[in-house]
This record gives sequence, structure tokens and C-alpha cells, in this order.
Amino acid sequence: MSVITYREALNRALDEELARDDSVFLMGEEVAEYDGAYKVSKGLLAKYGARRVVDTPITELGFTGLGVGAAMVGLRPVIEWMTHNFALLALDQVVNEAAKLRSMSGGQFKVPIVFRGPNGPAEYLGAQHSQALASYWAHVPGLKVVAPATPADAYGLLKSAIRDDDPVVVLEAEMAYSWKGEVPDEEYLTPIGKADLKRLGTDVSIITFGKPLKMVLEAADALAAEGVSAEVLDLRTVRPLDEAAIRETARKTGRVVVVDESWPVASVGSHVAHLAARDAFDRLDAPVELVSGEDVPMPYNHGLELAAQPSVAKIVAAARRALYKES
Amino acid sequence: MADKTNPKPSAQAPLAAPGRLGGLGKAELLELLRRMQLIRSFEERAGQMYGLRKIGGFCHLYNGQEAVGVGAISALDLSTDYVLTGYRDHGHALACGMDPKAIMAELFGKASGSSRGKGGSMHLFDAERHFLGGNGIVGAQIPVATGVAFAQAYRGRAAGEGAKPTGATLCFFGDGAIHQGAFHESLNLARIWKLPAVYVVENNQWGMGTSWKRVSSLEEFHRMADSYGMVGVDVDGMDLLAVREVVAAARKRALDEGIPTLIEAETYRYKGHSMSDPQKYRSREEVDEYRSRDPIVVLKDRMAEAGLVAEAEWEAIVKETDALVDESVAFAEAGAEPAPGALYEDIYAMELQP
Repeated sequence: MSVITYREALNRALDEELARDDSVFLMGEEVAEYDGAYKVSKGLLAKYGARRVVDTPITELGFTGLGVGAAMVGLRPVIEWMTHNFALLALDQVVNEAAKLRSMSGGQFKVPIVFRGPNGPAEYLGAQHSQALASYWAHVPGLKVVAPATPADAYGLLKSAIRDDDPVVVLEAEMAYSWKGEVPDEEYLTPIGKADLKRLGTDVSIITFGKPLKMVLEAADALAAEGVSAEVLDLRTVRPLDEAAIRETARKTGRVVVVDESWPVASVGSHVAHLAARDAFDRLDAPVELVSGEDVPMPYNHGLELAAQPSVAKIVAAARRALYKES
Repeated sequence: MADKTNPKPSAQAPLAAPGRLGGLGKAELLELLRRMQLIRSFEERAGQMYGLRKIGGFCHLYNGQEAVGVGAISALDLSTDYVLTGYRDHGHALACGMDPKAIMAELFGKASGSSRGKGGSMHLFDAERHFLGGNGIVGAQIPVATGVAFAQAYRGRAAGEGAKPTGATLCFFGDGAIHQGAFHESLNLARIWKLPAVYVVENNQWGMGTSWKRVSSLEEFHRMADSYGMVGVDVDGMDLLAVREVVAAARKRALDEGIPTLIEAETYRYKGHSMSDPQKYRSREEVDEYRSRDPIVVLKDRMAEAGLVAEAEWEAIVKETDALVDESVAFAEAGAEPAPGALYEDIYAMELQP
């Protein structure tokens, strides 16, 4: 077991998969000579050369679509988007091509491709660079979408994504790249579609995915200090969702708080809240709470941008509401 | 269908040798003529079946453009090369040797269709024949095709930088696609990475109901290649042998030098944009002018002049292709509807890992 950063965990996964399989290549803006805009690909050009680690012009639609074509004929591209915000330029190639080619061809083609990069707000970046876009991808049948929240899952899920025969979108997080955590030294794969119960509890279930997990765990600590036992479920994959895990924890505690840093309308969080309500209706003791990003474009001002996001205080308050406790 | 004789692109015989045209002998020429006629017959019947509501939705016919698809694809080696196109894809699919029965069944939405009834007219695919579709979004196939060419270069370069690609990729699109960002981004990528791509814009004069002249800053599309340091060529898209020749040269350039080519083929669609198009934007005279240069008649007349097709041989081609289309319709009619359980099939390749 080693303690490494989320960034290093992704780098290790890429390194191992590039070494294992010549059909794997990494492509994106600044991934090669610059060593990655966020240094996720550090050292990989030096090790694997320009054929396998490919710098692109700023042309998201073009190189995303190029990856889809390469995958159709058997390569395993890892397409890095500098951020998911810029991937909106490539939406057509992901939604209309990668996600649909298998179905439209009656199963003749598979598209084993990974689209990855940081998603969600960081700090002081303003409206166009601080968007949590999970629901854009999660909405689309034919895609798989993973959102690792820890270095261990970043490593294991990226490796699984690269080996998967379907297109997989990986939601990383700029703020998380420097987070540290324990990662086993031996090679392993984290299964796509399996949630992880991060903390056992009896009074309330807090369900989340991706970057907010850290504040959810802090909120669980704060709740514990007031005598509330919170169970924390990290979904890890948002398509396909681990519906059984959602059902189980919701039925166990009878009180559910869903935390998703995306906007609240038609979000992964609102869908998870629906599943919890549907599958645990007869066991619920309170309405399902949703702590989301505020329904506004992200402002630049730091106070305002923090106010626009989920926080430990908002999560604790939601849990108290679910428990009918005075706040 | 009989598709054993895709003429190899490396025909070295002199173009004007007796008993030959465009470097091709009689048998090869007859096969190319036959392919065009098969497409013509298939599309006429598809139009009829649409009228009978056997086919629904959008149905874009290729009548008039046969020389482009057949001529270009005949210059490829489909054991190593690939073909991609847009939604007007029946002709390209047939030119790649796809089974007309499977195509007609697909148009009928049957389980026996090439995509098990899930694709429809705009989404024909044949993995075995290296026909990669069949794309409904204008221009979206261009980055995808560029990626196929990237894979060919990538595999070739496994042997070392500068090694040849494993094949070439031919990408068709219409004049409507040429102003999409996808087109321009792709050409740039193909050039900087020296990808073995051949782009063919079939200028059939009308992007749905909009004349290309109203919406293009350039009158000559092939000059757009200059912006990307590529080779640009224009060719008479009603002349199969001319199309075949420029595509063969472009393919060779792609394979040997890694230089992509943009080919502008001037052509014409006889039918409306789709079956629901009343064609009020163009005149009967315009359609007639192009019909007088019909690609099938042009090749047949040239072959007849050179003594390479007798009337009886032509009649046999018409009869055989019509019979094949009859058979295709019967096959489509007889096919079963997809089972209800098929709804959730073909979405994901891998089951969830345990």
C-alpha cells in the first residue's frame, strides 16, 4: 500500500495500460510535450513516444471524433479533454457516434474508448470553467460514466474503463488531483457499475459521487459528533447506476440525502433521489433530500462561488431536516 | 451477391490499349456497369416501397450519383481500406458489395436487416466489407473517418516512424457538409499527422433545398484543400472512369506519401433530398440537363463504342440486377419483425463486470 495523489494514481493506470497493450494511446491538448495541463500524463511521452502519446491542436470535436473512428477499427483511445467544459464542443461525437454506433449497426461495431478530464468547479474560474456536467453524459444510453472520488478508485476505474469494450466517460476533478490516499501496490481493477459503502451508519444515508465525497465524509463526522450515525454510499459509477446499493441503504436507514454538485434540474442527483423514493417508499421516514449546486451560472467571486456549491454545512443541514432535528 | 471481382486499383495497362478503357478489361468494366445499374434499380424500388409505406422515415436516394460511389470504391482494396459516408448511403453500401437483401430488409425495419432493423436507411453498416456507415449527422462521419485513417497510420508506424499505413480510408460527404467545423478540423488533423485519408465531396448541387452557390464562400470546393496543405482535385462525377482514376491516385498518394486528398466530384441527384421533398427549388430543365449526362449511359456508350458491351449483354445486366432487387424485396417482405426482447440488445458490448 502506498499513499499517492489522485493525479499519480491516474498516471500509474495510464502508464500500466500503455505498457500492457499497444492498441492503447493517449491523445489530447498538452498531454505530451507539456506533460499534461494538470500533469496527469507526466513522463508518458518520454516513456512511450509521440506515436502513443499525442498532442492535438485545440480541436475538441475533431480529435474526439478521431478517437471514435480509431476505436471502431480496434484501437483503445484515451481521449483527454482539458476539462469537461470544452467537451461540449465534442458532444455530437460522443452522443451521436460513440454511444450509438453499436446499436445503429445492430451490434457489428464496438467503440472501446475512454473520454476523460476534470469535471466540476475548481476555484475562481468563472461560469465557463466551473460546470459539473455529469448529467450530460449520464443521460445517454450506450455510454458508461464513472466518477472516482479517491486515488484508489481513480486508478482502478481508469484501468477498467480502458479495458471496457464500451465508451466510458471519466469524471475527474481538478481539486482532487492533489488529494492523497492509499492505493494498493499490486495491480487491480475497480468494477464499473459497483457503488462503494464508504461508511456504515444507521440513522441517515448520504449518497454521492465524485469530488463531493470528501465533504460528505466530513459532514458524516460532524453528524457523528451530534450523535447521528450517517451511512455514506459512494456511487463511483453514475451509468450504469448501482440501483441495488441505493435501494439497500435507503431501506436500511429510511432517510436519504443525495449530494451532487451539478445543477439540480434533471441531474444524476435528482434521478438517484427518484430511485431512492421509488425503491424505499414504504421504509422512508422523511422526504428524500437533494443537496445540489445552486441553479445559477458559477460566479467568479469566491464567496459567491462557494455559496453556489454543496458544502459540509448544507449537507449536515439536509441530514438534520431528514431527521426532523432542529438546526 | 456476386462481389468477387472488385477490380484491383493497380491496373497498369495503358489507358488506350485496344479492348480496354481506363486501364480496365471488358469483364471488369461490365462489373462496374452492373454495380451502377444495381444501385439504380435498387433505389427506384426503394422509392416505390417508400410510396407503399413499407419504408418509413427519411429515405435519401442515390440515383444520378452512381458513378461517384462505384468509381471511387472500385479503386480501393477493401481487405485493407475502409469506406464511410453520410445518410445517402445505399449506393456506397452496394458499391462496397453489401448484400442488397440485407439492405432492403433493413429499410423495411426487419430483424433480417443489416443492423437487425435498428439502423434504417441512414445507418447501413457492414463490418466484414469494411463499410463503416451510414451517418445521419451532416459531416459527423468526417472526424470518424479521419480516426480510421489514424488507426491505419498508427498500426503501420508500429514498425517505425515513417513506415507505411496498413490501408487507406475513403470518406464521402455532400456539399452540405463542407461548411461544418467537423470537416475543417478533420482536414487539419489528417494533414499534420500525415493520415491516409481520401475525402470525396459529392457536390450534387443542392444541400436539401439550398443551392451550394448561396452558402459557399468558394465556388470550387477542392480549393479548400489548399488551406490545409493537401492536394485538391476536381472531377466529373458523372464519369465513373474519371472518378476511379483520381481516387486511385489519391489512394496511392495517401499510402506512399501520407498526403491526404480532397476530391470534389460534381454530380447530381435525380430525386429530391429525401422522399418527402417536393423539389420546388429547382427546374425540370436542370434535372433534364444532368439526366442527359447520365453516368450509366455515359459508361455504357463508351463501352459500346469500344466494342466492350453488346446490347444483349446490357439487357442481361438489367435483367439480373432487377431480379436481384425483386429477390431483395421478397426477402425483406418475408423477414420477421424484431423480437420485443431485441429492444435492450446491442446497447453495450460488455456485461457489467462481477
